[in-house]
Amino acid sequence: MSDKNLKRIVIEPVTRVEGHGKVSLLMDEENNIKQARLHIVEFRGFERFIIGRPYWEVPVLVQRLCGICPVSHHLAAAKAMDLIVGVDKLTPTAEKMRRLMHYGQTFQSHVLHFFHLCSPDLLFGFDADPAIRNVIGVAQKHPELAVQGVMMRKYGQEIIKATAGKKIHGTGAIPGGVNKNLSIAERDEFLKDIDQMLEWSLGALKIAKDYSVENLELAKEFGSFDSNHMSLVREDGALDLYHGNLRAIDKDGNKIFDQVDYQNYADYIAEEVRDWSYMKFPFIKSIGPEKGWYRVGPLARINTCDFIDTPLAEKERQEFMALTNGKPNNMTLAYHWTRMIEVLHSAEKIKELLNDSDLQGKDLVVTGKRREEAVGLIEAPRGTLFHHYKVDKNDQVTMANLIVSTTNNNIPMNEAVKKVAQVHLSGKPEITEGLLNHIEVAIRAYDPCLSCATHALGKMPLAISLFNYKGELVDKKTKE
Amino acid sequence: MSEKTLTIKIDGAEVKAKAGQTILEAAEEAGIYIPRLCYLKELSPHGSCRVCLVKVGGKFQTACTEPVVDGAEIENNTDEIKQIRRDIVDMLFVEGNHFCMFCEKSGNCELQAVAYRLGILAPKYPYLFPDAEIDGSHPDIFIDKNRCILCGRCVQASKDLDGKGVFEFVGRGPEKKLAVNAEAKLSDTNMDVVDKATDICPVGAIIKKRIGFATPVGQRTYDEKPIGSDIEQKKS
Repeated sequence: MSDKNLKRIVIEPVTRVEGHGKVSLLMDEENNIKQARLHIVEFRGFERFIIGRPYWEVPVLVQRLCGICPVSHHLAAAKAMDLIVGVDKLTPTAEKMRRLMHYGQTFQSHVLHFFHLCSPDLLFGFDADPAIRNVIGVAQKHPELAVQGVMMRKYGQEIIKATAGKKIHGTGAIPGGVNKNLSIAERDEFLKDIDQMLEWSLGALKIAKDYSVENLELAKEFGSFDSNHMSLVREDGALDLYHGNLRAIDKDGNKIFDQVDYQNYADYIAEEVRDWSYMKFPFIKSIGPEKGWYRVGPLARINTCDFIDTPLAEKERQEFMALTNGKPNNMTLAYHWTRMIEVLHSAEKIKELLNDSDLQGKDLVVTGKRREEAVGLIEAPRGTLFHHYKVDKNDQVTMANLIVSTTNNNIPMNEAVKKVAQVHLSGKPEITEGLLNHIEVAIRAYDPCLSCATHALGKMPLAISLFNYKGELVDKKTKE
Repeated sequence: MSEKTLTIKIDGAEVKAKAGQTILEAAEEAGIYIPRLCYLKELSPHGSCRVCLVKVGGKFQTACTEPVVDGAEIENNTDEIKQIRRDIVDMLFVEGNHFCMFCEKSGNCELQAVAYRLGILAPKYPYLFPDAEIDGSHPDIFIDKNRCILCGRCVQASKDLDGKGVFEFVGRGPEKKLAVNAEAKLSDTNMDVVDKATDICPVGAIIKKRIGFATPVGQRTYDEKPIGSDIEQKKS
């Protein structure tokens, strides 16, 4: 079939926090989906304008990439700069302060996504009246949940402030360590509320779990597809969000590589550039660009790890894995469930750390012999985050390569959009608001940065245009 | 220097001063803060930044260079002068590339602190985004001319206090730039990290390497109290 017999539907803009994206769908005359693409048309340029800056400035500068999870960029850059200043091991106080910062960040970021962005879909249904399918609707119908969401997010943000100095864009992690410890007063303040946070985490997890179990048939189909999965794991195979080695598995759980030192990531991961998106397309080198793409984030992490080292979250992981007989779960909607397992894990980790007196230690920074190149990796809330730098003898950055979590999930999000469009759009030429939201629900499951801008107030600033094969506009709908 | 006591009025309040003092010095002794950026006690005043502008008998003068005269009536904290100071500081911001959000001097920066004190929330003039040089050649000192406000402290301190003359200005008017007194880079000079010139930059243009963000937010110079608070404490 020649291209001129195809119709193109464009959803533009899919507004994202850092810029813009759009969805385009190509259909044949029978309205079958031939191609679905999520185009990320934003361009940030950080990798360029960081050139020449002094290395100690980078963890503070580069976190400006994002206002949602800046801590992830702050810590990934700091981990790279630890190595640049010749430090392979931080003091216990420094590492635990950073871990506390990171768990606080993961806790608040996941909570924000679940309560404010995705819960309207789960609580009211994808096709529900958009007038109630939003965070205000949640606050009216489930006021207790709305309050919990706000209070849990606040708790995480306060932890970030206590460890980084500010709730957004702090300065806590410096090359070779941290610039402060946790005072007894700060610790006691957090300890007062941690059991409440654990209880609410269990409650949120139950909502996500019950939804998935009750809607299992939908979850099996909705935007689901087999894929590889990748994340950091600890040396013993445990889930570790702050540090570890790379592990990738295939759709059946077979290891593609394991315990890879991420300093050598470029031997295992490559990035492909395509002319229709500013976002690159990473893939596992040994498999190739066509089939080597992989998922990252909560679902990938729970699939790749052997166990979780906190008891409540481990029990939940086992229950989750039992659903697929211990094999990797490839359902897009399962991201929500796994995200809430990580919220519980983060709360348990925060409690464990708060009871550790190392946080009151005074040994904050280590120094070593300068190096010229280093990679910092972290499991950010949305997935594996790579920061790779070269620094010259003048202490100035000469090269920066960042592979952000959402980039790793680029093809999976495209696949999810395609799958949803094939099932829910094929044969239905009329564009409904429900269709728009189905596509968004699939993208939103990955919690890309664009989700918050498109859903925060239940008003998705989307426009869909339907063109015929001559390129003439035949229908247009916008969400008001 | 004469020890004769003079009486001046600053914004209507009587202030005792010593003959030979500048208005800025007399005000400071009396616990009155006059904003300034280029002035530094150890250096001879030259009135280049214009931020300490006051009116003496209805005429504009820089307080750091103008000597006290018995009976002088000085306007310091009037709406007119505050607006002029805001405009001057505003122009200093847009003439450089001042990104406080990732500048390690943030919280310790006099330019930022004066801007906060004057109530500047965002510049009203258009940014000029000049091309500026970064010099990381020295093993212990980093120069980022994006942040230079041409106050001249380093030029003077290196010459008068360190006896080295490492810095100089080149060009005139909008083309005026800070330069090092060498063929190319700071590493070609005899500048040392313990030199006074390393320490006195009011902004983040001359910084010691590898210090970065070692001081946590909350413990930086201007985190708790605005700039000039130490001077105003003398009042009581």
